[in-house]
Amino acid sequence: MDLYPLFNSIRIALLSTAVILVLGTAAAVIVKKLPRFLKGVFDCLFTLPLVLPPTVVGYLLLRLLGPKRPVGAWFLRVFDTRLTMTWYSAVFATAVVIFPLMYRTARGAFESYDENLTLAGQTLGLGRAYIFFRITVPCCRAGIIAGTVLSFARALGEYGATTMIAGYTPGRTATISTTVYQLWRTDNDELALKWVLINIAISAAVLFVINFYEGRNRKHGKSAV
Amino acid sequence: MPAEVMVKKRYPDFSLDLAFKTDSKKTGILGASGSGKSLTLKSVAGLVRPDDGRIKFDGRVLFDRKKRIDIRPQKRGVGYLFQDYALFPEMTVAENIGTALYGRKKAGRGEGGSVDEILERFEISHVKDRRPTALSGGEKQRCALARMMASGPDLLLLDEPFSAMDMHLREGLRLKLKKVLEEYDRSFILVSHDRDEIYQMCDHLVLMQEGRVIAEGSTEAVFADPGTVAAARLTGCKNISRIERTGDHRVKALDWGGIELVTEKDAGEDVTHIGIRAHDLFAGKAPVNVISCGKVSVSKLPFEWYVTLENGLWWKAAKELSEGNSQFVQPESLSVLPEKILLLKQGSARNT
Repeated sequence: MDLYPLFNSIRIALLSTAVILVLGTAAAVIVKKLPRFLKGVFDCLFTLPLVLPPTVVGYLLLRLLGPKRPVGAWFLRVFDTRLTMTWYSAVFATAVVIFPLMYRTARGAFESYDENLTLAGQTLGLGRAYIFFRITVPCCRAGIIAGTVLSFARALGEYGATTMIAGYTPGRTATISTTVYQLWRTDNDELALKWVLINIAISAAVLFVINFYEGRNRKHGKSAV
Repeated sequence: MPAEVMVKKRYPDFSLDLAFKTDSKKTGILGASGSGKSLTLKSVAGLVRPDDGRIKFDGRVLFDRKKRIDIRPQKRGVGYLFQDYALFPEMTVAENIGTALYGRKKAGRGEGGSVDEILERFEISHVKDRRPTALSGGEKQRCALARMMASGPDLLLLDEPFSAMDMHLREGLRLKLKKVLEEYDRSFILVSHDRDEIYQMCDHLVLMQEGRVIAEGSTEAVFADPGTVAAARLTGCKNISRIERTGDHRVKALDWGGIELVTEKDAGEDVTHIGIRAHDLFAGKAPVNVISCGKVSVSKLPFEWYVTLENGLWWKAAKELSEGNSQFVQPESLSVLPEKILLLKQGSARNT
């Protein structure tokens, strides 16, 4: 059994989660500080990928990153690199799809953060970076971790946008989800089932971790999501 | 040390517009909740930027809109004790204080001693490895105080330091805080809605209502002669009546069944009300200002009777706890000395 899809899925999920951990958290911090109207606009915009069909996300990404589209063409000319139909193309798709999960979970944590702690830090002579990383982030840690794990779980399961932008090439762009579809389509039921079981096992493990953190969180009287 | 605060700040539903000066090291701001006390302190600390105004302390300009001076909170040398203490929840007590020492160094305010020394001084060594959530109210307050002092401020801002505390703990802790502040010997501004707290701790008093200063002066002077109806209420005067001047040193209290009273000072034209503090009434007949009780209603507290006379006046009479089950013996009449009657103006908020 060729384990490339497992390796590729995990690689894509890890990379996109790492990117979104930073971007989603940053977006949460920024949106929290916006005036009410802008907050509504950006909140809506940042949540959109959560409710859009992944195929719509895939379509939009193709319009942007395709070899004849603005960003894709520029990239091809300057770096001689295609942004579609490669294994890392799936990172773009996955990142967009999981962004709302990270953003919303982190924002929940930042919204319930007591702003007086930041003010107290300022009166004590502490700088902004110190306050953010040593006081704010530890207070919101549970929410950030829950968001990260949730995003990772969703990233592993991404199919729709991935299949549009990365396609299915065995040994190159195949992920667990695209492999299952391909095996089922070609009547390889036995192998499809194996991949399904692997997928269920990983997802269950991830959810277990989320529940563990939520349980710990509830003990501290806070809600993670 | 002299402080000068002039602050204007507008919000959709509230506006702060106040000015006060104090030469005292112990200044108190007394006001009901929502009167803008915390906002005033936050402006002084640089945590809220006023729309206009000037804030000076000890000759240093901390904020001046016209000169475009706005010193960062980190550099103001102003400590802030938050109402809920704002201890960093993910750090232990020792780490909370260590962080303040680190901030002090970063802000260029010199060394502040060791964490252990500070823990010792504030009697919190025994809880140094605990998180703030595992502390009692008093320990939290000491930890917050220790953390604030560790950062080496010149001016301390105390925002309702006892509001998060149980009633029965407050009095003892008030005395302790007073002692700590005297030892540290820096200027402070204490904000509270509790007149006892302010009276006990501060010798200069600023009274606030709806974002404005309504009275200011030495604490004793303001309590003795609040000047306006609103100020009298804030200092705890429960009996206030509209008046009609009937002669030299004589007024008719319109809200108390029209009784006539003699005042020490003559009620000038702008005096519209008088006030009598509930404990300034006493049973018996004085030469003047005898008020007949009529039908009274009595309510019982551990050490006091709360008595409402038929004409609406309110009287506090001392009582022994052992009298708990005995009946209140109603005097025929009460009296009040002319010098105890407060002359009050309707007085809208003083404009600045």
